[in-house]
Amino acid sequence: MTDGPKVELVGPAEACSSVAGGPRGVRTSRSGRIKVHVASRSNVSLYAVLGAFALVTVFALATMDYGKVPFPEAMAAATGDFVTMMTQPGLGGHFTLPDVVEGLLVSLALALLTTFIGAVIAFVLGLVAASNLSNRAASNAIKVLMSVARAVPTILWVLVFSVAIGLGPEAAVTGLLFHSVAYLVKAYSESFEEVDPGVIEALRASGASWWQVVFQGVVPEKVNEMLSWTFIRFEINFVNAVAVGAVAGAGGIGYQLFLAGSFYYNIHEVGLIVYLCLAVAVVLEVVATKLRKRYIVQR
Amino acid sequence: MTERVARTVGLPEGLHARSSAPRGSYDGSFFLRRTLAVAAAALAVAALGVLSGVYVGFDFVQAILDVPGGFVWMATQFVPSASSLQKLDAILPALGSTVLASVASSCTAAALAYVCAVLGSRTVGVGGPFPQFVRGIASLFRNIPVVAWAFILLFSFKQSEFTGFFALFLTSFGYLTRCFLESVDEMSAGPVEALRACGASYGQIVAQAVVPMSITSVVSWVLYMIETNIRDATLVGILTGTGIGFVFDVYYKSFRYDVAGLVLLCIILVVIVCELVSNFVRRRIL
Repeated sequence: MTDGPKVELVGPAEACSSVAGGPRGVRTSRSGRIKVHVASRSNVSLYAVLGAFALVTVFALATMDYGKVPFPEAMAAATGDFVTMMTQPGLGGHFTLPDVVEGLLVSLALALLTTFIGAVIAFVLGLVAASNLSNRAASNAIKVLMSVARAVPTILWVLVFSVAIGLGPEAAVTGLLFHSVAYLVKAYSESFEEVDPGVIEALRASGASWWQVVFQGVVPEKVNEMLSWTFIRFEINFVNAVAVGAVAGAGGIGYQLFLAGSFYYNIHEVGLIVYLCLAVAVVLEVVATKLRKRYIVQR
Repeated sequence: MTERVARTVGLPEGLHARSSAPRGSYDGSFFLRRTLAVAAAALAVAALGVLSGVYVGFDFVQAILDVPGGFVWMATQFVPSASSLQKLDAILPALGSTVLASVASSCTAAALAYVCAVLGSRTVGVGGPFPQFVRGIASLFRNIPVVAWAFILLFSFKQSEFTGFFALFLTSFGYLTRCFLESVDEMSAGPVEALRACGASYGQIVAQAVVPMSITSVVSWVLYMIETNIRDATLVGILTGTGIGFVFDVYYKSFRYDVAGLVLLCIILVVIVCELVSNFVRRRIL
């Protein structure tokens, strides 16, 4: 993640190494000034990418359909709604507080169930996908399959399965599972691949079976990292469970949020539900950040 | 280092400390205790899973039986038919506008988020209450459900491409601010200190040290955000009635599953192409 310093180093390092450039190994321009920035290949690519981003953004903003609403008025109205939502949350008579709390628990339970089943499936697939524990063909096959599963948005999986196997928790969990499994397989297999090859070789040399290698060598070393990734996925799954409940009618607090917003047009109820989601999400985020700092980012 | 080893083993700290074996001698129950600790943790998680399954009425056996049927149903119903190809005229522009909106929302959000991240950073920021303020705002924008944003914007901005763009912009802003804050804080402090010692102004420090050191990770995050936004645009599109999500929703709700399947295929293609392009770009700029 922090590859920043590399770029900084490229300039001076290259300038010093190319002695042919000018007197005392310093690259100078024709007028004799010392060149501070050297156009290395990665720098040119970086500028090209930034330029492309800027061009596409300007083009997109210029050609976008802004609708018929005058911007300042709409912006003022949206800000007003936002302030109302955040400052006056309350019940509007459509739900009671126990209803909403129960919805929150249902969303949490859906997320937990998805994470749990996803982690079990992903553990097995992750072992097969790790290149040091499996053969090349199987590893590549799983990786390609997972990237296809990841390419389909979660919400489409849920919509498709809610028609294919009927509305209910089964469809919601099945739909949410695909992304969970794909994400966790990537995380698990990458952490399995980091295991010291010496450990695996030593176990193999002393006649350990494949499962013994996995459970005596790989899992004990990576169990904390796996649990951290799983918890981070749980956080994402909760957000997804709320969104899925809203669109696919899979129940939970997301569905109540959808009703309050689209059918009752009650901004106060939306506010209350948003606060509940926010409370859970912030707690999960803080724990996930702590876990990531402690067990994953150690470099 | 010893602490890390103790943790890797997966033992609660107390258990480890209570071990009666003196240093260097063989502790026969070590592996047994380790296995038991891992098994107990797995069992606790499994119990939680079963509890939540019972709570929402999740029928595990039924789900396993249903999934193959679901795949068969999908494979037979979602195959694009010849007649659905004519709808490509409607699908491709929507797909294009979705991709454009995703790129634009990621880039504009990144620009704003970067300014906030630099000003709110603990190492090179302006100090005062600003770091807490920026972190609070980022957390707020990131954690408000996108469903709620979509409603608020739909009330005022009505159904237009801009509504979808703005909803994506707000969530991306929160997420990117958090990521950029981490990147900026993790930067090595040496160049900043060197510039400060030379008497550089705040603007010079930012332009000559902070930006060059963090720009690659920023581009990497923006590429990731574009991918995420293209996927999320489907959900936002369904909620706000814009882009490819709306097209999918229309055909899906009118039971034209062959066309919906074609839309699905287009989304898969775009996301995979986007992933390949961003992997290529990442390799080039690093």
